[in-house]
Amino acid sequence: MLTKRVIVCMDVNDGRVVKGVNFVDLRDAGDPVELAEVYDREGADEVVFLDITATSDERATTIDLASHAAERLRIPYTVGGGFHDIEGARAMIAAGADKISLCTAAVRDPELITLASRAFGSQAVIVAIDAKRTGAADSWEAYIRGGRTPTGLDAVGWAQEAARRGAGEILLTSMDRDGTQDGFDIALTRAVARAVPIPVIASGGVGTLEHFAEGIIDGEADAVLAASVFHFGTFSVRQVKEYMAGQGIPVRLDF
Amino acid sequence: MAPRIVLIDYHKGNLLSVARSLSDVGAEVTITDEPDKIRAAAGLVLPGVGSFEDAMGFLHESGVAEALADALARKVPFLGICLGEHLIMEYGDESAGGYCAGMGMVRGSVRKLDGSALKVPHVGWNQLELTESGRRCPLFAGVEDGAHVYFTHSHALDDDVDEGIVAAYTSYTRRFASAIWDGSALFAVQFHPEKSSTVGLRILKNFVSLVPGGRP
Repeated sequence: MLTKRVIVCMDVNDGRVVKGVNFVDLRDAGDPVELAEVYDREGADEVVFLDITATSDERATTIDLASHAAERLRIPYTVGGGFHDIEGARAMIAAGADKISLCTAAVRDPELITLASRAFGSQAVIVAIDAKRTGAADSWEAYIRGGRTPTGLDAVGWAQEAARRGAGEILLTSMDRDGTQDGFDIALTRAVARAVPIPVIASGGVGTLEHFAEGIIDGEADAVLAASVFHFGTFSVRQVKEYMAGQGIPVRLDF
Repeated sequence: MAPRIVLIDYHKGNLLSVARSLSDVGAEVTITDEPDKIRAAAGLVLPGVGSFEDAMGFLHESGVAEALADALARKVPFLGICLGEHLIMEYGDESAGGYCAGMGMVRGSVRKLDGSALKVPHVGWNQLELTESGRRCPLFAGVEDGAHVYFTHSHALDDDVDEGIVAAYTSYTRRFASAIWDGSALFAVQFHPEKSSTVGLRILKNFVSLVPGGRP
Protein backbone atom coordinates (compact mmCIF):
# COMPACT_ATOMS: atom_id res chain seq x y z
CA MET A 1 0.00 0.00 0.00
CA LEU A 2 1.17 3.53 -0.74
CA THR A 3 2.30 4.97 2.56
CA LYS A 4 1.60 8.42 3.91
CA ARG A 5 4.80 10.44 3.95
CA VAL A 6 6.52 12.28 6.77
CA ILE A 7 8.55 15.15 5.35
CA VAL A 8 11.08 17.27 7.19
CA CYS A 9 11.49 20.89 6.14
CA MET A 10 14.59 23.01 6.49
CA ASP A 11 14.58 26.77 6.08
CA VAL A 12 17.94 27.73 4.66
CA ASN A 13 19.53 31.18 4.65
CA ASP A 14 22.90 31.70 2.98
CA GLY A 15 23.44 27.95 2.94
CA ARG A 16 22.69 27.49 6.65
CA VAL A 17 19.63 26.09 8.40
CA VAL A 18 17.84 28.81 10.30
CA LYS A 19 15.27 28.16 13.03
CA GLY A 20 16.79 26.33 15.93
CA VAL A 21 18.37 22.95 15.55
CA ASN A 22 18.88 20.92 18.66
CA PHE A 23 20.87 17.90 17.59
CA VAL A 24 23.91 17.15 19.69
CA ASP A 25 25.46 14.55 17.42
CA LEU A 26 26.12 16.87 14.52
CA ARG A 27 29.48 18.38 13.79
CA ASP A 28 27.70 21.40 12.42
CA ALA A 29 24.05 21.86 13.28
CA GLY A 30 23.66 24.56 10.67
CA ASP A 31 24.60 22.44 7.67
CA PRO A 32 21.36 21.57 5.88
CA VAL A 33 22.64 18.49 4.08
CA GLU A 34 24.28 17.02 7.17
CA LEU A 35 21.03 17.55 9.04
CA ALA A 36 19.04 16.00 6.19
CA GLU A 37 21.27 12.92 6.33
CA VAL A 38 20.32 12.45 9.97
CA TYR A 39 16.64 12.61 8.99
CA ASP A 40 17.27 10.12 6.17
CA ARG A 41 18.70 7.67 8.73
CA GLU A 42 15.79 8.37 11.09
CA GLY A 43 13.27 7.40 8.43
CA ALA A 44 12.14 10.70 6.91
CA ASP A 45 10.44 9.92 3.61
CA GLU A 46 11.58 13.15 1.98
CA VAL A 47 13.21 16.42 2.89
CA VAL A 48 12.46 19.91 1.66
CA PHE A 49 15.00 22.73 1.56
CA LEU A 50 13.37 26.13 1.42
CA ASP A 51 15.91 28.77 0.55
CA ILE A 52 14.91 32.01 2.17
CA THR A 53 18.11 33.84 1.25
CA ALA A 54 17.38 37.33 0.02
CA THR A 55 20.73 38.21 -1.46
CA SER A 56 21.67 38.62 -5.10
CA ASP A 57 23.79 35.48 -5.26
CA GLU A 58 21.01 33.29 -3.92
CA ARG A 59 20.83 31.12 -6.99
CA ALA A 60 24.48 30.08 -6.75
CA THR A 61 24.03 29.26 -3.07
CA THR A 62 20.93 27.20 -3.76
CA ILE A 63 22.52 25.29 -6.65
CA ASP A 64 25.40 24.50 -4.36
CA LEU A 65 22.95 23.17 -1.77
CA ALA A 66 21.08 21.09 -4.37
CA SER A 67 24.23 19.45 -5.69
CA HIS A 68 25.66 18.83 -2.24
CA ALA A 69 22.37 17.14 -1.30
CA ALA A 70 22.52 14.97 -4.43
CA GLU A 71 25.89 13.67 -3.31
CA ARG A 72 24.78 12.74 0.16
CA LEU A 73 21.05 11.97 0.28
CA ARG A 74 19.47 8.67 -0.71
CA ILE A 75 15.88 9.85 -0.33
CA PRO A 76 14.04 12.34 -2.52
CA TYR A 77 14.44 16.02 -1.83
CA THR A 78 12.82 19.24 -2.94
CA VAL A 79 14.36 22.65 -3.35
CA GLY A 80 12.25 25.79 -3.12
CA GLY A 81 13.25 29.43 -3.30
CA GLY A 82 16.38 30.87 -4.82
CA PHE A 83 15.01 30.88 -8.36
CA HIS A 84 12.25 32.71 -10.21
CA ASP A 85 12.13 31.36 -13.71
CA ILE A 86 12.38 28.20 -15.78
CA GLU A 87 16.15 28.55 -16.17
CA GLY A 88 16.52 28.75 -12.41
CA ALA A 89 14.28 25.73 -11.96
CA ARG A 90 16.25 23.84 -14.58
CA ALA A 91 19.49 24.62 -12.75
CA MET A 92 18.08 23.07 -9.55
CA ILE A 93 16.96 19.91 -11.37
CA ALA A 94 20.31 19.71 -13.17
CA ALA A 95 22.08 20.00 -9.82
CA GLY A 96 20.16 16.94 -8.65
CA ALA A 97 16.95 18.13 -6.97
CA ASP A 98 14.13 15.61 -7.41
CA LYS A 99 11.50 18.30 -7.21
CA ILE A 100 11.28 22.05 -7.24
CA SER A 101 8.81 24.04 -5.20
CA LEU A 102 7.28 27.18 -6.71
CA CYS A 103 5.42 29.79 -4.66
CA THR A 104 5.81 33.49 -5.48
CA ALA A 105 7.12 32.81 -8.98
CA ALA A 106 4.10 30.63 -9.79
CA VAL A 107 1.60 33.31 -8.73
CA ARG A 108 3.41 35.99 -10.72
CA ASP A 109 3.67 33.76 -13.79
CA PRO A 110 1.34 30.73 -13.65
CA GLU A 111 2.66 29.67 -17.07
CA LEU A 112 5.85 28.72 -15.23
CA ILE A 113 3.99 25.73 -13.69
CA THR A 114 3.06 24.51 -17.17
CA LEU A 115 6.56 25.03 -18.54
CA ALA A 116 8.20 23.30 -15.59
CA SER A 117 5.87 20.31 -15.65
CA ARG A 118 6.45 19.87 -19.38
CA ALA A 119 10.20 20.16 -18.95
CA PHE A 120 10.69 17.99 -15.85
CA GLY A 121 7.43 16.05 -15.49
CA SER A 122 4.56 16.84 -13.09
CA GLN A 123 6.10 14.70 -10.39
CA ALA A 124 8.97 17.18 -10.14
CA VAL A 125 6.82 20.29 -9.69
CA ILE A 126 5.40 21.27 -6.32
CA VAL A 127 3.34 24.41 -5.98
CA ALA A 128 3.63 25.82 -2.46
CA ILE A 129 0.64 27.76 -1.20
CA ASP A 130 0.82 29.89 1.94
CA ALA A 131 -2.82 30.31 2.94
CA LYS A 132 -4.36 32.65 5.49
CA ARG A 133 -7.96 32.74 6.64
CA THR A 134 -10.05 35.67 5.41
CA GLY A 135 -12.90 37.11 7.48
CA ALA A 136 -15.40 34.75 5.87
CA ALA A 137 -15.96 31.20 7.13
CA ASP A 138 -13.79 28.52 5.53
CA SER A 139 -12.18 30.90 3.11
CA TRP A 140 -8.44 31.33 2.67
CA GLU A 141 -6.29 33.68 0.64
CA ALA A 142 -2.95 32.73 -0.92
CA TYR A 143 0.03 34.88 0.09
CA ILE A 144 3.42 35.23 -1.55
CA ARG A 145 6.87 36.56 -0.68
CA GLY A 146 7.18 34.49 2.47
CA GLY A 147 3.70 35.44 3.64
CA ARG A 148 4.26 39.17 3.28
CA THR A 149 2.07 39.90 0.28
CA PRO A 150 -1.60 38.97 -0.23
CA THR A 151 -2.52 37.93 -3.76
CA GLY A 152 -6.30 38.22 -3.78
CA LEU A 153 -6.36 34.57 -4.90
CA ASP A 154 -8.63 32.09 -3.16
CA ALA A 155 -6.24 29.40 -1.90
CA VAL A 156 -8.48 26.49 -2.92
CA GLY A 157 -9.09 27.93 -6.38
CA TRP A 158 -5.39 28.61 -6.82
CA ALA A 159 -4.58 25.03 -5.87
CA GLN A 160 -7.02 23.84 -8.53
CA GLU A 161 -5.47 26.09 -11.14
CA ALA A 162 -1.98 24.91 -10.19
CA ALA A 163 -3.09 21.29 -10.60
CA ARG A 164 -4.71 22.06 -13.96
CA ARG A 165 -1.49 23.67 -15.10
CA GLY A 166 0.50 20.54 -14.31
CA ALA A 167 1.65 20.78 -10.69
CA GLY A 168 2.36 17.32 -9.29
CA GLU A 169 1.77 18.18 -5.64
CA ILE A 170 0.54 21.02 -3.44
CA LEU A 171 2.57 22.01 -0.38
CA LEU A 172 -0.07 23.71 1.69
CA THR A 173 0.96 25.85 4.65
CA SER A 174 -1.51 27.44 7.02
CA MET A 175 -0.11 30.85 7.92
CA ASP A 176 -2.58 31.07 10.81
CA ARG A 177 -1.19 27.90 12.36
CA ASP A 178 2.47 28.06 11.36
CA GLY A 179 4.61 28.31 14.49
CA THR A 180 1.65 27.97 16.88
CA GLN A 181 1.95 24.21 17.59
CA ASP A 182 -1.88 24.17 17.63
CA GLY A 183 -2.10 21.60 14.83
CA PHE A 184 -2.81 21.83 11.12
CA ASP A 185 -5.71 23.92 9.85
CA ILE A 186 -7.77 20.82 9.16
CA ALA A 187 -10.60 22.58 7.32
CA LEU A 188 -8.10 24.17 4.95
CA THR A 189 -6.21 20.93 4.37
CA ARG A 190 -9.38 18.97 3.69
CA ALA A 191 -10.82 21.66 1.40
CA VAL A 192 -7.70 21.61 -0.78
CA ALA A 193 -7.22 17.83 -0.63
CA ARG A 194 -10.79 17.32 -1.86
CA ALA A 195 -10.50 19.99 -4.54
CA VAL A 196 -7.41 18.72 -6.37
CA PRO A 197 -6.54 15.40 -8.06
CA ILE A 198 -2.90 15.56 -6.91
CA PRO A 199 -1.25 14.84 -3.54
CA VAL A 200 -1.43 17.49 -0.82
CA ILE A 201 1.29 17.98 1.79
CA ALA A 202 -0.07 19.50 5.01
CA SER A 203 2.17 22.03 6.70
CA GLY A 204 2.08 24.53 9.53
CA GLY A 205 1.18 24.10 13.16
CA VAL A 206 2.30 20.66 14.29
CA GLY A 207 2.92 20.45 18.03
CA THR A 208 1.85 16.97 19.09
CA LEU A 209 1.93 13.42 17.72
CA GLU A 210 -1.85 13.55 17.39
CA HIS A 211 -1.54 16.48 15.01
CA PHE A 212 0.39 14.40 12.48
CA ALA A 213 -2.33 11.75 12.42
CA GLU A 214 -5.08 14.37 12.23
CA GLY A 215 -3.52 15.89 9.11
CA ILE A 216 -3.85 12.55 7.36
CA ILE A 217 -7.09 11.21 8.82
CA ASP A 218 -9.15 14.39 9.21
CA GLY A 219 -7.31 16.66 6.79
CA GLU A 220 -7.13 13.92 4.14
CA ALA A 221 -3.57 14.95 3.29
CA ASP A 222 -1.18 12.57 1.54
CA ALA A 223 1.85 13.73 3.47
CA VAL A 224 2.63 15.76 6.58
CA LEU A 225 5.49 18.21 6.85
CA ALA A 226 7.09 19.68 9.93
CA ALA A 227 10.26 21.50 10.89
CA SER A 228 10.62 22.73 14.46
CA VAL A 229 9.34 19.65 16.29
CA PHE A 230 12.05 17.66 14.55
CA HIS A 231 14.82 20.26 14.74
CA PHE A 232 14.23 20.85 18.45
CA GLY A 233 14.14 17.12 19.07
CA THR A 234 10.56 17.19 20.44
CA PHE A 235 9.90 14.05 18.41
CA SER A 236 12.01 11.81 16.23
CA VAL A 237 10.72 10.87 12.80
CA ARG A 238 10.49 7.25 13.94
CA GLN A 239 8.37 8.24 16.94
CA VAL A 240 5.96 10.10 14.66
CA LYS A 241 5.72 7.19 12.24
CA GLU A 242 5.19 4.65 14.99
CA TYR A 243 2.40 6.80 16.39
CA MET A 244 0.81 7.13 12.96
CA ALA A 245 1.08 3.37 12.41
CA GLY A 246 -0.71 2.89 15.73
CA GLN A 247 -3.55 5.03 14.38
CA GLY A 248 -3.89 2.72 11.38
CA ILE A 249 -2.04 4.96 8.92
CA PRO A 250 0.24 3.11 6.49
CA VAL A 251 3.81 4.37 6.96
CA ARG A 252 7.27 3.15 6.00
CA LEU A 253 9.06 1.71 9.01
CA ASP A 254 11.63 -0.54 7.32
CA PHE A 255 14.63 1.78 7.44
CA MET B 1 39.17 -3.61 -9.41
CA ALA B 2 35.72 -2.33 -8.80
CA PRO B 3 32.94 -3.57 -11.09
CA ARG B 4 32.59 -1.09 -13.92
CA ILE B 5 29.14 0.11 -14.75
CA VAL B 6 28.15 2.16 -17.73
CA LEU B 7 25.33 4.56 -16.96
CA ILE B 8 23.54 5.51 -20.16
CA ASP B 9 22.99 9.23 -20.62
CA TYR B 10 20.15 10.22 -22.90
CA HIS B 11 20.39 13.89 -22.04
CA LYS B 12 17.00 14.20 -20.42
CA GLY B 13 17.82 14.60 -16.80
CA ASN B 14 20.18 14.36 -13.95
CA LEU B 15 22.08 11.14 -13.45
CA LEU B 16 23.98 12.23 -10.39
CA SER B 17 21.84 10.39 -7.83
CA VAL B 18 22.04 7.10 -9.70
CA ALA B 19 25.78 7.52 -10.28
CA ARG B 20 26.45 8.37 -6.62
CA SER B 21 24.36 5.49 -5.34
CA LEU B 22 26.17 3.02 -7.61
CA SER B 23 29.50 4.39 -6.38
CA ASP B 24 28.28 4.08 -2.78
CA VAL B 25 27.88 0.34 -3.31
CA GLY B 26 31.29 -0.15 -4.87
CA ALA B 27 30.89 0.41 -8.60
CA GLU B 28 33.12 2.45 -10.83
CA VAL B 29 30.68 4.46 -12.94
CA THR B 30 31.10 5.83 -16.43
CA ILE B 31 28.36 8.11 -17.73
CA THR B 32 28.15 8.00 -21.52
CA ASP B 33 26.02 8.26 -24.64
CA GLU B 34 28.65 6.60 -26.85
CA PRO B 35 27.42 3.40 -28.54
CA ASP B 36 30.90 1.82 -28.50
CA LYS B 37 31.26 2.18 -24.76
CA ILE B 38 27.77 0.79 -24.25
CA ARG B 39 28.45 -2.14 -26.54
CA ALA B 40 31.62 -2.99 -24.58
CA ALA B 41 30.18 -2.49 -21.09
CA ALA B 42 30.48 -5.08 -18.31
CA GLY B 43 27.28 -3.79 -16.69
CA LEU B 44 24.65 -1.33 -17.88
CA VAL B 45 22.17 0.93 -16.16
CA LEU B 46 19.46 2.78 -18.07
CA PRO B 47 18.05 5.37 -15.68
CA GLY B 48 14.65 6.97 -15.73
CA VAL B 49 13.81 10.55 -16.40
CA GLY B 50 11.62 12.41 -18.87
CA SER B 51 9.37 11.53 -21.74
CA PHE B 52 9.19 8.13 -23.47
CA GLU B 53 8.93 9.58 -26.97
CA ASP B 54 11.82 12.04 -26.56
CA ALA B 55 14.02 9.35 -25.06
CA MET B 56 13.23 6.92 -27.89
CA GLY B 57 14.09 9.60 -30.44
CA PHE B 58 17.50 10.07 -28.86
CA LEU B 59 18.18 6.35 -28.39
CA HIS B 60 17.61 5.66 -32.07
CA GLU B 61 19.35 8.72 -33.53
CA SER B 62 22.42 8.26 -31.36
CA GLY B 63 22.81 4.56 -32.09
CA VAL B 64 22.45 3.79 -28.38
CA ALA B 65 19.40 1.55 -28.93
CA GLU B 66 21.34 -0.68 -31.32
CA ALA B 67 24.38 -0.80 -29.04
CA LEU B 68 22.19 -1.68 -26.09
CA ALA B 69 20.52 -4.49 -28.02
CA ASP B 70 23.96 -5.89 -28.88
CA ALA B 71 25.06 -5.74 -25.25
CA LEU B 72 21.86 -7.42 -24.02
CA ALA B 73 22.33 -10.19 -26.59
CA ARG B 74 25.65 -10.89 -24.83
CA LYS B 75 23.76 -11.18 -21.51
CA VAL B 76 25.51 -8.21 -19.95
CA PRO B 77 23.91 -7.43 -16.56
CA PHE B 78 21.38 -4.68 -17.25
CA LEU B 79 19.23 -2.63 -14.91
CA GLY B 80 16.48 -0.36 -16.24
CA ILE B 81 15.05 2.16 -13.79
CA CYS B 82 11.60 3.79 -14.16
CA LEU B 83 11.54 5.22 -17.70
CA GLY B 84 14.54 2.98 -18.34
CA GLU B 85 12.23 0.06 -17.60
CA HIS B 86 9.56 1.39 -19.95
CA LEU B 87 11.94 1.94 -22.86
CA ILE B 88 12.86 -1.75 -23.16
CA MET B 89 9.21 -2.69 -23.68
CA GLU B 90 7.48 -2.92 -27.05
CA TYR B 91 5.17 0.08 -26.69
CA GLY B 92 4.40 3.00 -24.43
CA ASP B 93 1.26 5.14 -24.44
CA GLU B 94 3.13 8.23 -23.32
CA SER B 95 3.11 10.11 -26.58
CA ALA B 96 0.36 12.63 -27.22
CA GLY B 97 -0.80 10.77 -30.32
CA GLY B 98 -1.15 7.40 -28.63
CA TYR B 99 1.34 4.57 -28.65
CA CYS B 100 5.03 5.03 -29.28
CA ALA B 101 7.31 2.11 -30.07
CA GLY B 102 9.90 1.20 -27.46
CA MET B 103 13.10 -0.80 -27.96
CA GLY B 104 11.12 -4.05 -27.72
CA MET B 105 13.63 -6.12 -25.77
CA VAL B 106 10.83 -7.35 -23.53
CA ARG B 107 7.31 -8.23 -24.65
CA GLY B 108 4.56 -6.05 -23.35
CA SER B 109 3.57 -2.41 -23.09
CA VAL B 110 3.39 0.58 -20.79
CA ARG B 111 0.10 2.20 -19.89
CA LYS B 112 -0.82 5.34 -17.96
CA LEU B 113 -2.25 4.88 -14.47
CA ASP B 114 -5.93 5.77 -14.25
CA GLY B 115 -6.32 8.83 -12.03
CA SER B 116 -10.09 8.65 -11.57
CA ALA B 117 -10.05 6.97 -8.15
CA LEU B 118 -6.57 7.67 -6.79
CA LYS B 119 -4.13 10.49 -7.32
CA VAL B 120 -1.74 10.23 -10.26
CA PRO B 121 1.28 10.55 -10.40
CA HIS B 122 1.85 7.72 -7.96
CA VAL B 123 4.35 9.42 -5.67
CA GLY B 124 5.87 8.02 -2.54
CA TRP B 125 6.88 4.84 -0.76
CA ASN B 126 4.99 1.73 -1.71
CA GLN B 127 5.54 -1.98 -1.19
CA LEU B 128 7.14 -4.73 -3.22
CA GLU B 129 5.11 -7.89 -3.36
CA LEU B 130 7.78 -10.39 -4.40
CA THR B 131 6.67 -13.21 -6.66
CA GLU B 132 8.12 -16.71 -6.42
CA SER B 133 10.60 -15.69 -9.12
CA GLY B 134 11.27 -12.46 -7.22
CA ARG B 135 12.24 -14.39 -4.12
CA ARG B 136 14.87 -16.20 -6.16
CA CYS B 137 15.89 -13.06 -8.05
CA PRO B 138 19.46 -12.01 -7.14
CA LEU B 139 18.41 -8.35 -7.28
CA PHE B 140 16.22 -8.88 -4.21
CA ALA B 141 18.59 -10.99 -2.10
CA GLY B 142 18.16 -9.80 1.48
CA VAL B 143 15.11 -7.69 0.58
CA GLU B 144 11.96 -8.66 2.43
CA ASP B 145 8.61 -9.24 0.83
CA GLY B 146 6.62 -6.06 1.53
CA ALA B 147 9.70 -3.80 1.63
CA HIS B 148 9.05 -0.13 0.86
CA VAL B 149 10.68 1.61 -2.09
CA TYR B 150 10.20 5.04 -3.65
CA PHE B 151 8.00 5.52 -6.70
CA THR B 152 7.29 8.59 -8.77
CA HIS B 153 5.52 7.89 -12.06
CA SER B 154 2.30 8.17 -14.01
CA HIS B 155 2.83 5.14 -16.28
CA ALA B 156 3.51 1.51 -15.47
CA LEU B 157 3.83 -1.85 -17.18
CA ASP B 158 0.55 -3.19 -18.51
CA ASP B 159 -0.99 -6.62 -17.93
CA ASP B 160 0.35 -7.92 -21.24
CA VAL B 161 3.76 -8.51 -19.62
CA ASP B 162 4.51 -12.22 -19.28
CA GLU B 163 3.77 -13.23 -15.69
CA GLY B 164 6.79 -15.50 -15.72
CA ILE B 165 9.20 -12.56 -15.79
CA VAL B 166 7.51 -10.52 -13.06
CA ALA B 167 9.72 -10.39 -9.96
CA ALA B 168 7.53 -8.02 -7.96
CA TYR B 169 4.12 -6.43 -8.10
CA THR B 170 2.98 -3.20 -6.51
CA SER B 171 -0.62 -2.15 -6.02
CA TYR B 172 -1.91 1.34 -6.57
CA THR B 173 -4.63 2.31 -9.04
CA ARG B 174 -4.02 -1.16 -10.41
CA ARG B 175 -1.65 -3.98 -9.55
CA PHE B 176 1.32 -3.56 -11.85
CA ALA B 177 4.64 -5.30 -12.36
CA SER B 178 7.11 -3.15 -10.42
CA ALA B 179 10.14 -5.34 -11.17
CA ILE B 180 10.95 -7.77 -13.96
CA TRP B 181 13.71 -10.30 -14.39
CA ASP B 182 14.24 -12.49 -17.44
CA GLY B 183 15.77 -15.24 -15.30
CA SER B 184 19.19 -14.26 -16.57
CA ALA B 185 20.88 -10.84 -16.59
CA LEU B 186 18.08 -8.45 -17.48
CA PHE B 187 16.47 -6.56 -14.60
CA ALA B 188 14.13 -3.59 -14.70
CA VAL B 189 12.30 -1.76 -11.94
CA GLN B 190 9.57 0.85 -11.80
CA PHE B 191 10.75 2.39 -8.54
CA HIS B 192 13.88 4.42 -7.87
CA PRO B 193 16.44 2.37 -5.93
CA GLU B 194 18.70 5.43 -5.80
CA LYS B 195 15.99 7.22 -3.80
CA SER B 196 14.93 4.27 -1.69
CA SER B 197 17.35 4.68 1.21
CA THR B 198 18.81 1.46 2.65
CA VAL B 199 16.51 -0.94 0.79
CA GLY B 200 17.40 0.76 -2.49
CA LEU B 201 21.12 0.62 -1.79
CA ARG B 202 20.79 -3.08 -1.05
CA ILE B 203 19.15 -3.63 -4.44
CA LEU B 204 21.86 -1.64 -6.24
CA LYS B 205 24.55 -3.51 -4.35
CA ASN B 206 22.98 -6.79 -5.43
CA PHE B 207 23.05 -5.61 -9.03
CA VAL B 208 26.66 -4.43 -8.85
CA SER B 209 27.68 -7.78 -7.40
CA LEU B 210 26.51 -9.46 -10.62
CA VAL B 211 28.86 -7.36 -12.71
CA PRO B 212 32.28 -8.91 -13.20
CA GLY B 213 35.19 -6.92 -11.77
CA GLY B 214 37.50 -5.09 -14.12
CA ARG B 215 40.60 -6.55 -15.70
CA PRO B 216 43.09 -7.82 -13.10
